[in-house]
Amino acid sequence: MNRILLFIPLIIFMVMAAFLGGGIGREDKEVLPSPLINKPFPKFILQQVEAEKQLTQSDLQGKPMLVNVWATWCPTCKAEHEFLNTLAAEGVRIIGINYKDDDEEAKVWLRDFGNPYEFNISDPQGKLGLELGVYGAPETFFVDGDGIIRAKHVGDLNQRVWQKYKAIFEQLKTHVEPINTVEPKKLVDGDSQ
Amino acid sequence: MKLILVLCLSLFALTSQAVVDGHKYPFDNDVDKKRFEVLAEELRCPKCQNQNLADSSAPIAKDLRDKVYELMIEGQTDDEIVGYLVDRYGDFVRYNPPVQKNTFFLWFAPGIMVFIALIIIISITRGGKKSEPLSDEEKVKLAELKTARSEKRDS
Repeated sequence: MNRILLFIPLIIFMVMAAFLGGGIGREDKEVLPSPLINKPFPKFILQQVEAEKQLTQSDLQGKPMLVNVWATWCPTCKAEHEFLNTLAAEGVRIIGINYKDDDEEAKVWLRDFGNPYEFNISDPQGKLGLELGVYGAPETFFVDGDGIIRAKHVGDLNQRVWQKYKAIFEQLKTHVEPINTVEPKKLVDGDSQ
Repeated sequence: MKLILVLCLSLFALTSQAVVDGHKYPFDNDVDKKRFEVLAEELRCPKCQNQNLADSSAPIAKDLRDKVYELMIEGQTDDEIVGYLVDRYGDFVRYNPPVQKNTFFLWFAPGIMVFIALIIIISITRGGKKSEPLSDEEKVKLAELKTARSEKRDS
């Protein structure tokens, strides 16, 4: 009987090893839960990239939209750009935040690679980015018609990721209930800025 | 040998200060300077997640250090500044997380484990010491064994 008791530490060790070992694969350091989910889009007054126009948070209302944080210095943004063009062609409303970037370079980028954005907010100092808790472009916020942030995706949007977000975006159009915080799976990492 | 050790250790002491000193954040008094250093060490860089704002040289860490400095100059308290960042980046930015439902295990698991270990140690030590005096029968047997042993040694 006592001999069997001797195995208890081994059993405890194995249970803990299985528990902790299982966590290693699932760990996703890149994706942090955003405290902004179900909160109104932060207030801002910034210039538009393409025109001499002042934009505020009230411009982000009406029709549900994706608010995409991007920059010309961000390789992953380049990687997702083509997919954004595709989404825009399908009628998805996309607003850009040109994050810590140069307006002129941004215009060249949009001319060369296509412009999926309804308009672009110029955020050269990253002030709006800070309000949004942006820590690496590209990041995409799902904003409903009332200007409430309903979900956030860190990393690039692509066909595979969109499978999951499509339903969430559709729900925004008929939103009544707040959507639960989504837990994105491991994706291509956003670039550190 | 000792000198080498001291030199090696002093390198560690320098690292956490290096970045904060590298970017000048002027304060007109030592109290605020100290507050800033403590905040920069207690706040975590959201991009490079195993570093604090003082250590990290990532641009986002610099932005957040600048913001902390700006808010301090505006006269906000430490709690207000930490709250400002938590509202935007989540509890994640705190190296010193608040006690709440999802951090309960984090805060109390070590204590619980020590408590369990104590119970186990006490039960083991108490259980093992229950020896009773030998009965007459056992005394006879012990004497027999002793003589048998000494005879064996003599032979």
